[in-house]
Amino acid sequence: MSLLDLFTVIAVCAGAFFFLAGTVGLLRFPDALTRLHALTKADNLGLGLVVLGLLPHADSVLGGLKLVAIWLLALLASGAVSQLIARAARRTDPRR
Amino acid sequence: MIETFNAGLALLVLALAIWTVVARDTFAAVVGFVAYGMLLTLVWVQLHGVDVALTEGAIGGGLTGAMLIAAAARLRCTEGAARAERPGVATRLAAALVAACVTAALAVAVLALPEPAPTLANETAANMAATGVGNPITGVLLAFRAMDTLLEAIVVLFAMIGVWSLAPDRAWGGRPGPLHRADPDGILAYLARVLPPIGIIVAVYIFWIGADLPGGKFQGASILAAMWLLAVMAGLTDAPPVSRTWLRVALVAGPVVFIAIGAAGVATAGAFLAYPDGLAKPLIKVIEWALLPSLAVTLALILAGAPERPAR
Amino acid sequence: MTDAATLFGLCAAALVGLGVYALIVNPQPLRKILAFNVVGNGVFVLFGAVAHRGAALGFGGDPVPQALLITGIVVAFSATALAVALLLRLFDETGAATLASDAPPKSHADAGEA
Repeated sequence: MSLLDLFTVIAVCAGAFFFLAGTVGLLRFPDALTRLHALTKADNLGLGLVVLGLLPHADSVLGGLKLVAIWLLALLASGAVSQLIARAARRTDPRR
Repeated sequence: MIETFNAGLALLVLALAIWTVVARDTFAAVVGFVAYGMLLTLVWVQLHGVDVALTEGAIGGGLTGAMLIAAAARLRCTEGAARAERPGVATRLAAALVAACVTAALAVAVLALPEPAPTLANETAANMAATGVGNPITGVLLAFRAMDTLLEAIVVLFAMIGVWSLAPDRAWGGRPGPLHRADPDGILAYLARVLPPIGIIVAVYIFWIGADLPGGKFQGASILAAMWLLAVMAGLTDAPPVSRTWLRVALVAGPVVFIAIGAAGVATAGAFLAYPDGLAKPLIKVIEWALLPSLAVTLALILAGAPERPAR
Repeated sequence: MTDAATLFGLCAAALVGLGVYALIVNPQPLRKILAFNVVGNGVFVLFGAVAHRGAALGFGGDPVPQALLITGIVVAFSATALAVALLLRLFDETGAATLASDAPPKSHADAGEA
Protein backbone atom coordinates (compact mmCIF):
# COMPACT_ATOMS: atom_id res chain seq x y z
CA MET A 1 0.00 0.00 0.00
CA SER A 2 1.49 3.32 -1.00
CA LEU A 3 1.91 6.23 1.39
CA LEU A 4 -1.11 8.05 -0.07
CA ASP A 5 -3.33 4.97 0.40
CA LEU A 6 -2.14 4.69 4.01
CA PHE A 7 -2.99 8.35 4.57
CA THR A 8 -6.47 7.80 3.09
CA VAL A 9 -7.15 4.79 5.31
CA ILE A 10 -5.99 6.59 8.47
CA ALA A 11 -7.98 9.75 7.72
CA VAL A 12 -11.18 7.89 6.81
CA CYS A 13 -10.88 5.68 9.90
CA ALA A 14 -10.42 8.77 12.08
CA GLY A 15 -13.50 10.31 10.44
CA ALA A 16 -15.50 7.15 11.07
CA PHE A 17 -14.40 7.22 14.72
CA PHE A 18 -15.72 10.77 15.09
CA PHE A 19 -19.03 9.76 13.50
CA LEU A 20 -19.22 6.92 16.01
CA ALA A 21 -18.47 9.34 18.85
CA GLY A 22 -21.23 11.67 17.66
CA THR A 23 -23.73 8.81 17.53
CA VAL A 24 -22.75 7.66 21.04
CA GLY A 25 -23.34 11.23 22.18
CA LEU A 26 -26.75 11.23 20.48
CA LEU A 27 -27.73 8.08 22.31
CA ARG A 28 -26.28 8.85 25.74
CA PHE A 29 -26.68 12.59 26.31
CA PRO A 30 -29.66 13.63 28.45
CA ASP A 31 -31.41 16.35 26.47
CA ALA A 32 -31.83 17.93 23.07
CA LEU A 33 -29.24 20.69 23.40
CA THR A 34 -26.35 18.44 24.44
CA ARG A 35 -27.30 15.93 21.74
CA LEU A 36 -27.23 18.67 19.11
CA HIS A 37 -23.81 19.71 20.38
CA ALA A 38 -22.46 16.18 20.00
CA LEU A 39 -23.97 15.70 16.55
CA THR A 40 -22.90 18.99 15.02
CA LYS A 41 -19.36 19.07 16.32
CA ALA A 42 -18.39 15.44 15.94
CA ASP A 43 -20.19 14.74 12.66
CA ASN A 44 -18.79 17.77 10.88
CA LEU A 45 -15.26 17.00 12.04
CA GLY A 46 -15.74 13.39 10.94
CA LEU A 47 -16.94 14.50 7.51
CA GLY A 48 -13.97 16.86 7.21
CA LEU A 49 -11.55 14.04 7.99
CA VAL A 50 -13.24 11.73 5.45
CA VAL A 51 -13.02 14.45 2.78
CA LEU A 52 -9.37 15.05 3.68
CA GLY A 53 -8.69 11.34 3.28
CA LEU A 54 -10.40 11.20 -0.13
CA LEU A 55 -8.63 14.27 -1.54
CA PRO A 56 -5.52 12.39 -2.81
CA HIS A 57 -7.81 10.14 -4.86
CA ALA A 58 -9.75 12.95 -6.53
CA ASP A 59 -9.76 12.97 -10.35
CA SER A 60 -8.47 16.51 -10.68
CA VAL A 61 -8.05 19.75 -8.76
CA LEU A 62 -11.67 20.58 -9.63
CA GLY A 63 -12.83 17.24 -8.24
CA GLY A 64 -10.96 17.92 -5.02
CA LEU A 65 -12.48 21.40 -4.78
CA LYS A 66 -15.95 19.84 -5.23
CA LEU A 67 -15.26 17.51 -2.30
CA VAL A 68 -14.26 20.45 -0.09
CA ALA A 69 -17.34 22.38 -1.27
CA ILE A 70 -19.53 19.44 -0.19
CA TRP A 71 -17.99 19.59 3.28
CA LEU A 72 -18.51 23.36 3.52
CA LEU A 73 -22.15 23.05 2.42
CA ALA A 74 -22.77 20.29 4.97
CA LEU A 75 -21.15 22.53 7.61
CA LEU A 76 -23.44 25.45 6.69
CA ALA A 77 -26.60 23.36 6.60
CA SER A 78 -25.95 21.46 9.82
CA GLY A 79 -24.94 24.62 11.69
CA ALA A 80 -28.09 26.46 10.65
CA VAL A 81 -30.39 23.50 11.27
CA SER A 82 -28.96 22.75 14.71
CA GLN A 83 -29.51 26.39 15.74
CA LEU A 84 -33.14 26.19 14.58
CA ILE A 85 -33.71 22.90 16.42
CA ALA A 86 -32.07 24.32 19.55
CA ARG A 87 -34.36 27.37 19.49
CA ALA A 88 -37.42 25.18 19.03
CA ALA A 89 -36.28 22.89 21.85
CA ARG A 90 -35.74 25.83 24.19
CA ARG A 91 -39.12 27.28 23.30
CA THR A 92 -40.99 24.08 24.07
CA ASP A 93 -39.02 23.24 27.21
CA PRO A 94 -37.82 26.47 28.87
CA ARG A 95 -36.39 24.65 31.89
CA ARG A 96 -33.45 23.29 29.87
CA MET B 1 -15.51 -6.43 0.57
CA ILE B 2 -18.15 -4.91 -1.65
CA GLU B 3 -20.49 -7.80 -0.86
CA THR B 4 -20.16 -7.07 2.87
CA PHE B 5 -20.96 -3.41 2.24
CA ASN B 6 -23.97 -4.34 0.08
CA ALA B 7 -25.23 -6.79 2.67
CA GLY B 8 -24.87 -4.20 5.44
CA LEU B 9 -26.66 -1.59 3.32
CA ALA B 10 -29.53 -3.97 2.54
CA LEU B 11 -29.91 -4.81 6.24
CA LEU B 12 -29.95 -1.12 7.20
CA VAL B 13 -32.58 -0.35 4.56
CA LEU B 14 -34.76 -3.21 5.82
CA ALA B 15 -34.30 -2.10 9.44
CA LEU B 16 -35.39 1.46 8.61
CA ALA B 17 -38.40 0.16 6.65
CA ILE B 18 -39.42 -1.96 9.66
CA TRP B 19 -39.03 1.14 11.86
CA THR B 20 -41.29 3.11 9.49
CA VAL B 21 -43.90 0.35 9.81
CA VAL B 22 -43.90 -0.26 13.56
CA ALA B 23 -43.04 3.16 15.05
CA ARG B 24 -45.85 4.34 17.30
CA ASP B 25 -45.37 8.08 16.74
CA THR B 26 -46.18 9.17 13.18
CA PHE B 27 -43.54 11.90 13.19
CA ALA B 28 -40.85 9.38 14.16
CA ALA B 29 -42.04 7.09 11.36
CA VAL B 30 -41.78 9.93 8.83
CA VAL B 31 -38.25 10.82 9.96
CA GLY B 32 -37.31 7.15 9.60
CA PHE B 33 -38.78 7.23 6.11
CA VAL B 34 -36.61 10.21 5.12
CA ALA B 35 -33.47 8.40 6.35
CA TYR B 36 -34.65 5.31 4.43
CA GLY B 37 -34.91 7.43 1.27
CA MET B 38 -31.35 8.67 1.74
CA LEU B 39 -30.03 5.12 2.18
CA LEU B 40 -31.89 4.08 -0.96
CA THR B 41 -29.78 6.67 -2.79
CA LEU B 42 -26.73 4.63 -1.76
CA VAL B 43 -28.45 1.45 -2.95
CA TRP B 44 -28.91 3.06 -6.34
CA VAL B 45 -25.23 3.99 -6.53
CA GLN B 46 -24.36 0.36 -5.76
CA LEU B 47 -26.67 -0.73 -8.59
CA HIS B 48 -24.79 1.63 -10.93
CA GLY B 49 -27.75 3.87 -11.59
CA VAL B 50 -26.27 7.28 -10.71
CA ASP B 51 -29.01 9.27 -12.50
CA VAL B 52 -31.65 7.33 -10.57
CA ALA B 53 -29.68 7.89 -7.35
CA LEU B 54 -29.73 11.67 -7.97
CA THR B 55 -33.48 11.58 -8.65
CA GLU B 56 -34.19 9.44 -5.58
CA GLY B 57 -32.10 11.72 -3.37
CA ALA B 58 -33.65 14.92 -4.70
CA ILE B 59 -37.29 13.92 -5.22
CA GLY B 60 -37.82 10.65 -3.34
CA GLY B 61 -35.87 11.62 -0.22
CA GLY B 62 -35.85 15.40 -0.30
CA LEU B 63 -39.15 16.66 -1.68
CA THR B 64 -41.29 13.71 -0.54
CA GLY B 65 -39.67 13.84 2.90
CA ALA B 66 -40.30 17.58 3.26
CA MET B 67 -43.94 17.10 2.26
CA LEU B 68 -44.49 14.22 4.68
CA ILE B 69 -42.79 16.03 7.58
CA ALA B 70 -45.00 19.09 7.03
CA ALA B 71 -48.10 16.87 6.92
CA ALA B 72 -47.06 14.93 10.05
CA ALA B 73 -46.48 18.19 11.93
CA ARG B 74 -49.91 19.51 10.94
CA LEU B 75 -51.65 16.27 11.87
CA ARG B 76 -49.91 15.91 15.21
CA CYS B 77 -53.05 16.70 17.20
CA THR B 78 -54.85 13.67 15.73
CA GLU B 79 -52.28 11.25 17.20
CA GLY B 80 -54.36 10.38 20.25
CA ALA B 81 -57.52 9.55 18.32
CA ALA B 82 -55.54 7.65 15.70
CA ARG B 83 -53.85 5.47 18.28
CA ALA B 84 -57.23 4.41 19.63
CA GLU B 85 -58.17 2.56 16.46
CA ARG B 86 -55.72 -0.31 16.34
CA PRO B 87 -56.60 -3.44 14.42
CA GLY B 88 -57.16 -6.79 16.07
CA VAL B 89 -54.96 -9.87 16.01
CA ALA B 90 -56.99 -11.51 13.22
CA THR B 91 -56.41 -8.54 10.88
CA ARG B 92 -52.72 -8.54 11.69
CA LEU B 93 -52.35 -12.27 11.02
CA ALA B 94 -54.22 -12.03 7.72
CA ALA B 95 -52.11 -9.02 6.68
CA ALA B 96 -48.89 -10.83 7.62
CA LEU B 97 -50.00 -13.81 5.54
CA VAL B 98 -50.74 -11.64 2.49
CA ALA B 99 -47.42 -9.79 2.92
CA ALA B 100 -45.50 -13.07 3.22
CA CYS B 101 -47.16 -14.41 0.05
CA VAL B 102 -46.25 -11.26 -1.89
CA THR B 103 -42.64 -11.36 -0.65
CA ALA B 104 -42.32 -15.05 -1.46
CA ALA B 105 -43.71 -14.57 -4.97
CA LEU B 106 -41.32 -11.69 -5.68
CA ALA B 107 -38.33 -13.53 -4.19
CA VAL B 108 -39.04 -16.54 -6.41
CA ALA B 109 -39.28 -14.21 -9.40
CA VAL B 110 -35.92 -12.59 -8.50
CA LEU B 111 -34.19 -15.95 -8.11
CA ALA B 112 -35.72 -17.27 -11.34
CA LEU B 113 -34.63 -14.38 -13.57
CA PRO B 114 -33.33 -15.59 -16.95
CA GLU B 115 -29.60 -16.00 -17.49
CA PRO B 116 -28.07 -14.37 -19.57
CA ALA B 117 -30.05 -11.26 -18.71
CA PRO B 118 -31.87 -9.62 -21.63
CA THR B 119 -30.76 -6.06 -22.19
CA LEU B 120 -31.39 -3.10 -24.46
CA ALA B 121 -27.96 -1.60 -23.79
CA ASN B 122 -26.64 -2.71 -27.17
CA GLU B 123 -29.49 -1.14 -29.14
CA THR B 124 -29.17 2.04 -27.08
CA ALA B 125 -25.43 2.31 -27.66
CA ALA B 126 -25.89 1.67 -31.38
CA ASN B 127 -28.36 4.54 -31.76
CA MET B 128 -26.82 7.09 -29.39
CA ALA B 129 -24.82 8.79 -32.15
CA ALA B 130 -28.03 9.94 -33.84
CA THR B 131 -29.14 11.83 -30.74
CA GLY B 132 -25.88 13.69 -30.16
CA VAL B 133 -25.95 13.36 -26.36
CA GLY B 134 -23.39 11.41 -24.37
CA ASN B 135 -25.48 10.26 -21.42
CA PRO B 136 -27.51 7.18 -22.49
CA ILE B 137 -30.23 7.90 -19.90
CA THR B 138 -30.79 11.40 -21.31
CA GLY B 139 -30.89 9.87 -24.77
CA VAL B 140 -33.53 7.38 -23.69
CA LEU B 141 -35.54 10.00 -21.80
CA LEU B 142 -35.59 12.63 -24.54
CA ALA B 143 -35.14 10.77 -27.79
CA PHE B 144 -36.05 7.09 -27.66
CA ARG B 145 -38.87 7.35 -25.12
CA ALA B 146 -39.65 11.03 -25.32
CA MET B 147 -43.37 10.24 -25.10
CA ASP B 148 -42.86 8.98 -21.54
CA THR B 149 -41.15 12.23 -20.53
CA LEU B 150 -43.88 14.33 -22.13
CA LEU B 151 -46.62 12.43 -20.33
CA GLU B 152 -44.66 12.60 -17.08
CA ALA B 153 -44.38 16.38 -17.33
CA ILE B 154 -48.13 16.55 -17.90
CA VAL B 155 -48.84 14.16 -14.99
CA VAL B 156 -46.86 16.40 -12.63
CA LEU B 157 -48.90 19.36 -13.91
CA PHE B 158 -52.15 17.46 -13.35
CA ALA B 159 -51.10 16.56 -9.80
CA MET B 160 -50.52 20.26 -9.13
CA ILE B 161 -53.94 21.15 -10.59
CA GLY B 162 -55.41 18.45 -8.35
CA VAL B 163 -53.73 20.01 -5.33
CA TRP B 164 -55.01 23.47 -6.35
CA SER B 165 -58.55 22.15 -6.71
CA LEU B 166 -58.53 21.25 -3.03
CA ALA B 167 -58.59 24.92 -2.03
CA PRO B 168 -61.58 25.98 0.05
CA ASP B 169 -64.02 28.38 -1.62
CA ARG B 170 -62.88 31.48 0.24
CA ALA B 171 -59.25 30.93 -0.84
CA TRP B 172 -59.96 29.97 -4.45
CA GLY B 173 -57.16 31.30 -6.64
CA GLY B 174 -55.33 32.56 -3.59
CA ARG B 175 -51.84 32.10 -2.15
CA PRO B 176 -50.74 28.61 -1.16
CA GLY B 177 -49.54 27.85 2.33
CA PRO B 178 -49.55 30.01 5.46
CA LEU B 179 -47.75 33.32 5.70
CA HIS B 180 -44.29 32.58 7.06
CA ARG B 181 -42.82 35.16 9.36
CA ALA B 182 -39.28 34.41 10.42
CA ASP B 183 -36.98 36.71 12.34
CA PRO B 184 -35.27 38.79 9.61
CA ASP B 185 -32.01 38.69 11.60
CA GLY B 186 -32.32 35.03 12.45
CA ILE B 187 -30.48 31.99 11.22
CA LEU B 188 -33.21 30.87 8.82
CA ALA B 189 -33.18 34.21 6.99
CA TYR B 190 -29.38 34.02 6.86
CA LEU B 191 -29.49 30.53 5.40
CA ALA B 192 -32.14 31.58 2.89
CA ARG B 193 -29.87 34.39 1.72
CA VAL B 194 -26.65 32.36 1.50
CA LEU B 195 -27.84 29.02 0.16
CA PRO B 196 -30.05 29.88 -2.88
CA PRO B 197 -27.26 31.41 -5.03
CA ILE B 198 -25.13 28.29 -4.44
CA GLY B 199 -28.18 26.08 -5.00
CA ILE B 200 -29.05 27.77 -8.30
CA ILE B 201 -25.52 27.26 -9.61
CA VAL B 202 -25.53 23.61 -8.52
CA ALA B 203 -28.98 23.08 -10.07
CA VAL B 204 -28.05 24.62 -13.43
CA TYR B 205 -24.78 22.65 -13.41
CA ILE B 206 -26.60 19.35 -12.76
CA PHE B 207 -29.09 20.26 -15.52
CA TRP B 208 -26.38 21.23 -17.99
CA ILE B 209 -24.10 18.27 -17.34
CA GLY B 210 -27.00 15.84 -17.78
CA ALA B 211 -26.36 15.75 -21.51
CA ASP B 212 -23.10 13.84 -21.11
CA LEU B 213 -22.78 12.78 -17.48
CA PRO B 214 -25.33 11.76 -14.82
CA GLY B 215 -27.71 14.61 -14.18
CA GLY B 216 -30.69 16.08 -15.92
CA LYS B 217 -33.60 18.44 -15.68
CA PHE B 218 -35.65 16.64 -12.98
CA GLN B 219 -32.82 16.75 -10.49
CA GLY B 220 -31.97 20.37 -11.35
CA ALA B 221 -35.63 21.42 -11.20
CA SER B 222 -36.12 19.89 -7.74
CA ILE B 223 -33.09 21.77 -6.39
CA LEU B 224 -34.46 25.03 -7.84
CA ALA B 225 -37.85 24.32 -6.27
CA ALA B 226 -36.20 23.63 -2.90
CA MET B 227 -34.27 26.92 -3.01
CA TRP B 228 -37.44 28.90 -3.74
CA LEU B 229 -39.30 27.11 -0.94
CA LEU B 230 -36.45 27.93 1.46
CA ALA B 231 -36.83 31.63 0.62
CA VAL B 232 -40.60 31.39 1.16
CA MET B 233 -40.23 29.63 4.51
CA ALA B 234 -37.77 32.27 5.73
CA GLY B 235 -40.29 34.97 4.93
CA LEU B 236 -38.04 36.59 2.31
CA THR B 237 -40.67 36.20 -0.38
CA ASP B 238 -44.28 35.09 -0.52
CA ALA B 239 -45.94 32.48 -2.68
CA PRO B 240 -47.76 34.18 -5.59
CA PRO B 241 -51.53 33.80 -5.89
CA VAL B 242 -52.27 30.85 -8.15
CA SER B 243 -54.61 32.95 -10.31
CA ARG B 244 -51.77 35.07 -11.69
CA THR B 245 -51.47 34.80 -15.46
CA TRP B 246 -47.68 34.85 -15.59
CA LEU B 247 -47.56 31.91 -13.17
CA ARG B 248 -49.92 29.86 -15.31
CA VAL B 249 -47.98 30.70 -18.48
CA ALA B 250 -44.74 29.63 -16.81
CA LEU B 251 -46.35 26.35 -15.75
CA VAL B 252 -47.61 25.29 -19.17
CA ALA B 253 -44.79 26.74 -21.30
CA GLY B 254 -42.61 23.64 -20.96
CA PRO B 255 -45.19 21.00 -21.91
CA VAL B 256 -46.55 23.24 -24.71
CA VAL B 257 -43.08 23.59 -26.28
CA PHE B 258 -42.61 19.83 -25.95
CA ILE B 259 -45.96 19.12 -27.67
CA ALA B 260 -45.23 21.71 -30.38
CA ILE B 261 -41.88 20.08 -31.19
CA GLY B 262 -43.62 16.72 -31.23
CA ALA B 263 -46.29 17.98 -33.61
CA ALA B 264 -43.60 19.53 -35.82
CA GLY B 265 -42.03 16.10 -35.87
CA VAL B 266 -45.16 14.74 -37.52
CA ALA B 267 -44.74 17.19 -40.37
CA THR B 268 -40.99 16.95 -40.84
CA ALA B 269 -39.96 13.45 -39.80
CA GLY B 270 -43.09 11.36 -40.10
CA ALA B 271 -44.01 10.57 -36.49
CA PHE B 272 -45.00 12.41 -33.31
CA LEU B 273 -41.85 13.39 -31.40
CA ALA B 274 -39.56 12.21 -34.19
CA TYR B 275 -36.56 14.47 -34.72
CA PRO B 276 -35.34 15.34 -38.24
CA ASP B 277 -31.81 14.18 -39.03
CA GLY B 278 -29.09 16.39 -37.58
CA LEU B 279 -31.56 18.48 -35.55
CA ALA B 280 -31.86 16.02 -32.67
CA LYS B 281 -29.37 17.68 -30.31
CA PRO B 282 -30.65 21.28 -30.75
CA LEU B 283 -34.29 20.16 -30.37
CA ILE B 284 -33.42 18.19 -27.24
CA LYS B 285 -31.69 21.28 -25.85
CA VAL B 286 -34.76 23.45 -26.58
CA ILE B 287 -37.07 20.95 -24.89
CA GLU B 288 -34.84 20.74 -21.82
CA TRP B 289 -34.45 24.51 -21.49
CA ALA B 290 -38.22 24.95 -21.77
CA LEU B 291 -39.01 22.18 -19.31
CA LEU B 292 -36.55 23.21 -16.57
CA PRO B 293 -38.36 26.38 -15.34
CA SER B 294 -41.81 24.84 -15.80
CA LEU B 295 -40.84 21.74 -13.81
CA ALA B 296 -39.19 23.81 -11.06
CA VAL B 297 -42.31 25.98 -10.64
CA THR B 298 -44.62 22.95 -10.77
CA LEU B 299 -42.65 20.99 -8.16
CA ALA B 300 -42.41 24.05 -5.90
CA LEU B 301 -46.16 24.71 -6.11
CA ILE B 302 -46.99 21.05 -5.45
CA LEU B 303 -44.99 21.30 -2.25
CA ALA B 304 -46.47 24.66 -1.30
CA GLY B 305 -49.85 22.98 -1.11
CA ALA B 306 -53.42 24.04 -1.71
CA PRO B 307 -54.24 27.77 -1.61
CA GLU B 308 -55.17 28.86 1.90
CA ARG B 309 -55.20 32.63 1.83
CA PRO B 310 -57.45 34.75 -0.38
CA ALA B 311 -55.68 36.50 -3.23
CA ARG B 312 -56.91 39.87 -1.95
CA MET C 1 -25.94 -14.53 -3.13
CA THR C 2 -22.88 -12.41 -3.71
CA ASP C 3 -24.40 -10.76 -6.77
CA ALA C 4 -25.53 -7.21 -6.00
CA ALA C 5 -28.61 -7.55 -8.20
CA THR C 6 -29.86 -10.69 -6.45
CA LEU C 7 -29.16 -9.26 -2.99
CA PHE C 8 -31.01 -6.02 -3.63
CA GLY C 9 -33.75 -7.86 -5.50
CA LEU C 10 -34.47 -9.99 -2.45
CA CYS C 11 -34.24 -6.90 -0.23
CA ALA C 12 -36.78 -5.21 -2.51
CA ALA C 13 -39.13 -8.21 -2.24
CA ALA C 14 -38.96 -7.89 1.55
CA LEU C 15 -39.62 -4.13 1.31
CA VAL C 16 -42.75 -4.71 -0.79
CA GLY C 17 -44.01 -7.27 1.73
CA LEU C 18 -43.37 -4.89 4.64
CA GLY C 19 -45.19 -2.09 2.84
CA VAL C 20 -48.20 -4.29 2.06
CA TYR C 21 -48.40 -5.35 5.74
CA ALA C 22 -48.23 -1.72 6.91
CA LEU C 23 -50.80 -0.65 4.31
CA ILE C 24 -53.35 -3.16 5.64
CA VAL C 25 -52.62 -2.88 9.35
CA ASN C 26 -52.20 0.86 10.00
CA PRO C 27 -55.53 2.70 10.21
CA GLN C 28 -54.17 6.26 9.87
CA PRO C 29 -54.12 7.66 6.31
CA LEU C 30 -50.66 9.23 6.66
CA ARG C 31 -49.19 5.87 7.72
CA LYS C 32 -50.90 4.27 4.74
CA ILE C 33 -49.31 6.86 2.45
CA LEU C 34 -45.92 6.04 4.03
CA ALA C 35 -46.52 2.32 3.51
CA PHE C 36 -47.52 2.96 -0.10
CA ASN C 37 -44.25 4.82 -0.64
CA VAL C 38 -42.31 1.91 0.89
CA VAL C 39 -44.03 -0.47 -1.54
CA GLY C 40 -43.28 1.88 -4.43
CA ASN C 41 -39.60 2.20 -3.51
CA GLY C 42 -39.38 -1.59 -3.19
CA VAL C 43 -40.78 -2.01 -6.69
CA PHE C 44 -38.30 0.56 -8.02
CA VAL C 45 -35.34 -1.21 -6.39
CA LEU C 46 -36.56 -4.53 -7.85
CA PHE C 47 -36.71 -2.95 -11.28
CA GLY C 48 -33.27 -1.46 -10.71
CA ALA C 49 -31.85 -4.85 -9.82
CA VAL C 50 -33.21 -6.19 -13.13
CA ALA C 51 -31.65 -3.19 -14.90
CA HIS C 52 -28.28 -3.88 -13.24
CA ARG C 53 -28.34 -7.41 -14.59
CA GLY C 54 -28.60 -5.92 -18.07
CA ALA C 55 -25.22 -4.23 -17.76
CA ALA C 56 -23.26 -4.38 -21.01
CA LEU C 57 -20.86 -2.40 -23.16
CA GLY C 58 -19.40 -0.39 -20.31
CA PHE C 59 -22.79 0.87 -19.08
CA GLY C 60 -23.29 0.05 -15.41
CA GLY C 61 -26.87 -0.95 -16.07
CA ASP C 62 -29.44 -1.18 -18.85
CA PRO C 63 -30.29 2.51 -19.50
CA VAL C 64 -33.89 1.97 -20.67
CA PRO C 65 -35.26 0.61 -17.35
CA GLN C 66 -33.27 3.23 -15.45
CA ALA C 67 -34.84 6.02 -17.49
CA LEU C 68 -38.28 4.50 -16.83
CA LEU C 69 -37.42 4.46 -13.12
CA ILE C 70 -36.72 8.20 -13.13
CA THR C 71 -40.17 8.70 -14.64
CA GLY C 72 -41.62 6.37 -12.01
CA ILE C 73 -40.05 8.21 -9.08
CA VAL C 74 -41.39 11.55 -10.27
CA VAL C 75 -44.89 10.17 -10.86
CA ALA C 76 -44.87 8.47 -7.43
CA PHE C 77 -43.97 11.82 -5.88
CA SER C 78 -46.90 13.48 -7.69
CA ALA C 79 -49.31 10.81 -6.47
CA THR C 80 -48.04 11.14 -2.89
CA ALA C 81 -48.42 14.92 -3.10
CA LEU C 82 -52.06 14.61 -4.23
CA ALA C 83 -52.78 12.06 -1.49
CA VAL C 84 -51.23 14.26 1.20
CA ALA C 85 -53.17 17.31 -0.05
CA LEU C 86 -56.43 15.30 0.08
CA LEU C 87 -55.59 14.18 3.62
CA LEU C 88 -54.86 17.73 4.80
CA ARG C 89 -58.13 18.94 3.28
CA LEU C 90 -59.99 16.11 5.03
CA PHE C 91 -58.36 17.22 8.27
CA ASP C 92 -59.32 20.87 7.68
CA GLU C 93 -62.93 19.95 7.00
CA THR C 94 -63.64 17.33 9.66
CA GLY C 95 -60.99 18.01 12.30
CA ALA C 96 -59.87 14.38 12.29
CA ALA C 97 -57.61 12.45 9.94
CA THR C 98 -59.35 9.11 9.86
CA LEU C 99 -60.89 6.86 7.23
CA ALA C 100 -63.46 5.41 9.63
CA SER C 101 -66.93 5.86 8.20
CA ASP C 102 -69.30 7.70 10.51
CA ALA C 103 -71.97 10.40 10.29
CA PRO C 104 -70.96 13.42 8.16
CA PRO C 105 -70.17 16.61 10.12
CA LYS C 106 -73.14 18.77 11.01
CA SER C 107 -72.24 21.70 8.73
CA HIS C 108 -72.29 19.60 5.57
CA ALA C 109 -75.54 17.86 6.47
CA ASP C 110 -77.27 21.21 7.07
CA ALA C 111 -75.83 22.84 3.96
CA GLY C 112 -76.95 19.89 1.87
CA GLU C 113 -80.53 20.10 3.01
CA ALA C 114 -80.76 23.88 3.05
